[in-house]
Amino acid sequence: MNKTVLDLWVGLFVIAGIIALLFLALKVGSMSTVNSSDSYEVVARFENIGGLKVRAPVKSAGVVVGRVSDIRFDNEKYEAAVTLRLDKRYAFPKDTSAAIMTSGLLGEQYVGLEPGGDSVMLKDKDRILITQDAVVLENLIGQFLYGKAQEGTPK
Amino acid sequence: MLKQAIENLGNHTIQGVWRIGFASRFFLAVLLHSGTAFRRFGLTIREIYFTGVLSLIIILVSGLFVGMVLGLQGYETLQRYGSESALGTLVALSLVRELGPVLAGLLFASRAGSAITAEIGLMKATEQLSAMEMMAVDPIARVVAPRFWAGVISMPLLAALFSAMGIFGGYLVGVQLIGVDEGSFWSQMQGAVDFEQDILNGVIKSVVFGIAVTTIALFEGYDAPPTAEGVSGATTRTVVTSSLAVLALDFVLTAFMFRGLN
Repeated sequence: MNKTVLDLWVGLFVIAGIIALLFLALKVGSMSTVNSSDSYEVVARFENIGGLKVRAPVKSAGVVVGRVSDIRFDNEKYEAAVTLRLDKRYAFPKDTSAAIMTSGLLGEQYVGLEPGGDSVMLKDKDRILITQDAVVLENLIGQFLYGKAQEGTPK
Repeated sequence: MLKQAIENLGNHTIQGVWRIGFASRFFLAVLLHSGTAFRRFGLTIREIYFTGVLSLIIILVSGLFVGMVLGLQGYETLQRYGSESALGTLVALSLVRELGPVLAGLLFASRAGSAITAEIGLMKATEQLSAMEMMAVDPIARVVAPRFWAGVISMPLLAALFSAMGIFGGYLVGVQLIGVDEGSFWSQMQGAVDFEQDILNGVIKSVVFGIAVTTIALFEGYDAPPTAEGVSGATTRTVVTSSLAVLALDFVLTAFMFRGLN
């Protein structure tokens, strides 16, 4: 086979392969992983985190502002210490509250941040004081049944 | 009778160990003599054409169909739980993490690996390799190393094309045919697929498969008995051994890569 034709085909093949890789990197995956250089960490303590996992999104007003970087069990207070890695571009007041929420009925769980009104902003290694635990379906059903049973008791 | 069986077992063990040792020395020799493959890159380009470009059709068509089947089956299962918007995640993750590298590796083994073995085996049978040695041309540097590097370069590109084509196939069936929402298809996919964790690991897998398949194919060809029967046997062994190697390596790599994920 002619050498230039061969070179042309191999060149096209390599270009197609690289385009496929770029497609995978940009369109399929998200390159925008928050890396350590432009982010800061805050800790929030929860009594129950439900099904929250490391790398779950942290959202405020529905926009992803960071990710859960670590989940640890505190053996002294019997609480879960969740480390949130937030993007440096977003600053939150010191009295911001964190809640564990679920997207959809059976969707993934994420941490929702509700900004407060403090003029001092959260810094690296700060603690979020106001937290709201995950809703555990079993507890909810239990409460519902308990309430129903009380309603039914004759007075 | 029993003595015969034990003797057979011993013979097989010695042969097996000898072949493993020979294969490792062969692999090292290929790496040591790789200079020519890069200095005379034209040789490698020629081999990329034969192993990579000519495998394109089968890779692209299989990728498309695998993606389309994933789209159909995934939708069928997901819609029972009312989460058909996660179809993009399902298709992309299964292709990028597993199916892309593994199926591309299997197809590469049967399409390109068998051709490499047959070619080198015939070269040996017709004493072309000995003739090269007579002319002070090292056959490992001139014949084997360019094919090795061509395989190692082609394999990740083919796997990426397979995954991209498969995702396109899943998109065709899921979004265009069945009518899953296009926005949630792509956005859920982008939310779930991580560049380092998923795509980079898939690329690493495909490089490893490329090394394994081409090494096995080259070794089988180089080691083939110089008869018509020997070459045909070596070609069969290439496909069987490298397919098994791809699947076994995939398990080992997956166990290492995704162990920390929960």
